[in-house]
Amino acid sequence: MIELIGVSKKYGATIAVNQVSFKVNEGENLVLLGTSGCGKTTTLKMINRLIEPDGGQVLIDGKDIKQQNPEKLRRGIGYVMQNIGLFPHYTIEENISVIPKLLNWEKDKTDRRIIELVDKLHLPKDSLKLYPNELSGGQQQRVGLARALVADPSLLLMDEPFGALDNVTRGSIRKEFKDLEELKRKTIVMVTHDVQEAFELADRICLMDKGEIMQVGTPKELLLNPLNDFSRKFLDGERLALEFKMIRISDVWANLHEASYVSENRFSPELSVWDAMEKLRSGNLSELIFEDEKGVFKKISFDILMRAFNQYKNTNQHG
Amino acid sequence: MDEQQQTLWQFMLMESDKLLNQTLQHIGLTFISLLFAIAIGLPLGILIARKRALSGTVLGIAGILQTVPSIALLGFMIPVLGIGAKPAIVALLIYALLPIIRNTYTGIIGIDKHIIEAAKALGMDKAQILFKIEFRLAMPVILAGIRTATVINVGVATLASYIAAGGLGEFIFGGISLNNTNMILAGAIPAALLAIVLDALLALVQKMNFKNLRKTLTILPILLIVLSAFYILPSAYGSGLKAGFTPEFMGRQDGDLGLKTAYGLKINTVVISDAVMYKAAYTKELDVISGYSTDGRLKAFDLKILKDDKGIFPPYYAAPIVLQSSLAKFPGLENTLNLLSGKISDSIMTDLNYRTDYLHQSPERVAKDFLVKNKLYKVPGKGQSGTVKIGSKIFGEQYILAEIYSMLIRGNTDYQVETKTGLGGTKICFDALLNNQIDLYPEYTGTGLLAILKPDKRLVAAVITNKDKTYAYVRTEFVKKYKIKWLKPIGFNNSYALMMRQKQSAELNVYSITDLKHHLDNN
Repeated sequence: MIELIGVSKKYGATIAVNQVSFKVNEGENLVLLGTSGCGKTTTLKMINRLIEPDGGQVLIDGKDIKQQNPEKLRRGIGYVMQNIGLFPHYTIEENISVIPKLLNWEKDKTDRRIIELVDKLHLPKDSLKLYPNELSGGQQQRVGLARALVADPSLLLMDEPFGALDNVTRGSIRKEFKDLEELKRKTIVMVTHDVQEAFELADRICLMDKGEIMQVGTPKELLLNPLNDFSRKFLDGERLALEFKMIRISDVWANLHEASYVSENRFSPELSVWDAMEKLRSGNLSELIFEDEKGVFKKISFDILMRAFNQYKNTNQHG
Repeated sequence: MDEQQQTLWQFMLMESDKLLNQTLQHIGLTFISLLFAIAIGLPLGILIARKRALSGTVLGIAGILQTVPSIALLGFMIPVLGIGAKPAIVALLIYALLPIIRNTYTGIIGIDKHIIEAAKALGMDKAQILFKIEFRLAMPVILAGIRTATVINVGVATLASYIAAGGLGEFIFGGISLNNTNMILAGAIPAALLAIVLDALLALVQKMNFKNLRKTLTILPILLIVLSAFYILPSAYGSGLKAGFTPEFMGRQDGDLGLKTAYGLKINTVVISDAVMYKAAYTKELDVISGYSTDGRLKAFDLKILKDDKGIFPPYYAAPIVLQSSLAKFPGLENTLNLLSGKISDSIMTDLNYRTDYLHQSPERVAKDFLVKNKLYKVPGKGQSGTVKIGSKIFGEQYILAEIYSMLIRGNTDYQVETKTGLGGTKICFDALLNNQIDLYPEYTGTGLLAILKPDKRLVAAVITNKDKTYAYVRTEFVKKYKIKWLKPIGFNNSYALMMRQKQSAELNVYSITDLKHHLDNN
C-alpha cells in the first residue's frame, strides 16, 4: 500500500506538485492522468525517490521512504518508463538480470526467472543474446517490463509505459498488459496523458492539473459525477465514446425488455454498450439477445439500447 | 631514385641497433605518457561531467597548455625536472591531456539521460552507474580521445631527443643538422608509420560493437603497460661523468665518431638539444657537453673548453655565402658584406652572444651597438633598389650576424632587407639558399666541407688541418657545384669544443680531451 501525504515539489519559483495526497490500495491500479506539465510524472518519481519531495511524506506499507536507503528502495520497486531506457551495451538477458545481479541472486534462480518471464511476455527465446537495437519497439517495451518485473516487486511504477509505441502496437500491448497474470496482484501507479488508456487500465484515476489533484475516483465516477469544471471539460472531447465503453449491458439491464423469443446467438450482459453497438453494426443485425446468469433473456436494438442508456445516465448522474 | 632508396635501406641496416633502440624508446615514451595522461585525464573528465561549472575552467587550462609550443614547454620543464625522461614524459602528458579530458567529458554528458535514469531507477548506486553504464557507453568517444592523444604523442615524442630523452627524434634532428637525408628518413619514416599504425589500430577498437569492445577493453590496459615498459627509464646512468651531445655532434666524423676513433673516448652519453645543453651542464645534470667555442653561454655558465690536443675539430670560420646570381643582381652587395671581414674575433663573438643569450638584449640592439662602436653604423637609406633576403640558422650568433648584415646593407646601399631568421639547421638554410628563397646566410667553413660538400675521407684529412686550406677548398667547390660564393671570413672560429664546468675541470685536473680520457679510464 502506498500513501502520499501532502507531498510537494518546487523548482525555483514554480510549484510542480502542490500538497498531493492519495492512497493506493494493495493490488490496485491507480492512473495519474493529466496534460503535460501537470506534475503527474514528478509525483510518480517521488514514490521511488528519483525526485526528492520538498515537503510531505510518502509511505510504502506504512514506512516512510525517507528513512530507507534509496538504492535498496528502488530495487524493490518495478519501474517502467516511456523511453524504455534499456542499456544499449547490454544484451536482452543482461538487461533483464540487472536487478538480480544487484540483489546477488544465484545464476540458476535468475535464469529460471528470465525464462519464465520471456514465456509470459511472449518474447522470442532467441532474443536473449541480442542487443536492444536488434528488437522492435514493442519487443523492447516487453523487455523493459520484464526488467521491472524480474524480482517480482509488489509495487510497480509506470511512466507513460506505452508512450514510445505506435498506435497499433500500443493497442495490442495494452490489451496483453491488461490480461497479464503477473500484473494482476501488483499495486500499480501509472502515469498517462491518454484518456482512453487511463479508462481502460485504471481501477481508479487521479486527475491532476497544475500540480494539484482535481479528482480521484473510479472511471465511472469521473465520467458521471465530475467534481468540478476541470474534470468535466477534461473528458468532454471523448465523453460519448468513454461512456459507451464504460457502461455495460448489465448496467442498463433494468431498462431493457425481456425477449419474446430465444435465439441461438446469445451474448453476456458484461458486454459494453460500445461492443453491443459494434456487434449490431458489423453483423448487420437489427436485434441482439442477451442472457444473464439467472437465465433471463433480454433483447436490444439500436433504439432500445439508446433509450436505456439515456435513462441510466439520467438516474446515475443526479444520484 | 633507386639508388637513394637503397642507400636509405643500407643506412637503416647499418644503424639497425640504434634504429631499434630509438623506435622502442619512442613507443615507450608515447605510451608511458599516455598512461599517465589517461590516469589524470579520465578522472578529471568525469569530475567536470559531474560538476559542469568546472568544465570551462578545466578545459580552458588544458587547452592553453596544449597551445604552448612543444619546444618551449620542454624548456619550461628543465629548471623543475632537469633533463631526460621525466620532463619529456610530463610534456607529452600535458599534450595528451586535452583530448582525453574533453572526450571523457563529452562522452559522458552525451549519454541519453533516460538511460541514466533507468539505471538509477533499477537501484544502481553512483559507482555502479559510472562504471557499468556511463563509462561503457562513453567508451567509443573516450577511445577517440585516446586515439588523438596517441597520434599527438608519437609526433611530439620526436622532440624528446632535445632533452636527452631519446626516441626517433635523434635521427631526425641529427639528420637535419648533418644534411643527411637518409638519417632524417630513417627517423621520420618509422615515426610516421608508428602514427599511422597506432591510429588505424585504435580506429578499429573505436568502431567495435559492444560485444568485442568488452573483450578488447580488458586487454588494452595490459597492452598499454607493456608498451610503456619499452621505455626503461634511463635513470640508471651509473657513476662517472655524463656527457650530453647534440644530435648533430653524435653523427659527425668531427664529433662523437672522431672522439671515439682519435681519442678512444668512452663516456656515458645522452643526446640533447643545443638549446638546453649548456644549462644542463651548469646545473650539473651533465658534466661534459659538445658546445660551440663562441657560444655566449660559455661565459654565462662559467664553462671551460677542453683543449683539442689531437686536432679533431676542424676550423669553423664564419663567412657569408651568397648566390652568384644575387651578387650580379645587387651591385655593391659584396663590398658591403666584406666590410665586416676580420672585425669579429672569437672573444668578441662570445661577448656578443653572451649579451643576447644571457643578458637577453635583442639581436638588433647588440648588432647596432657593435656597429656603432666600430664606426660602421650608418643611417638606413630609402631602400628603393630591390630587396636582399638574408637567412640565418636557428641559434643566437646567426641572428646577430643577420642583423649586422641587414644594418650594413641598409646603411651602405639603397637596398631594402628582408630577414628570414631561424631557418633550423644547415640543411634547411642551405636548401633555402639553393632555391633562391634567400640571397645569403652566414655559414662556417667546417660545415661547408663536412655537412654540405662531403668529400671523401682522404680529401677531408688533407684540407681540414689548415684553416686557409679549408676555406680555399669550400670557396672553389661551392662556386663550381652550386654557383654560390664564399665572401671573406668574418674572423672568428666557431668550432666544436668539448666543455666542462670550470670548477669541475680544476678539481679533476682535466684540461684537455686527453686528460678527460685518462680520467675516465682511471675511474
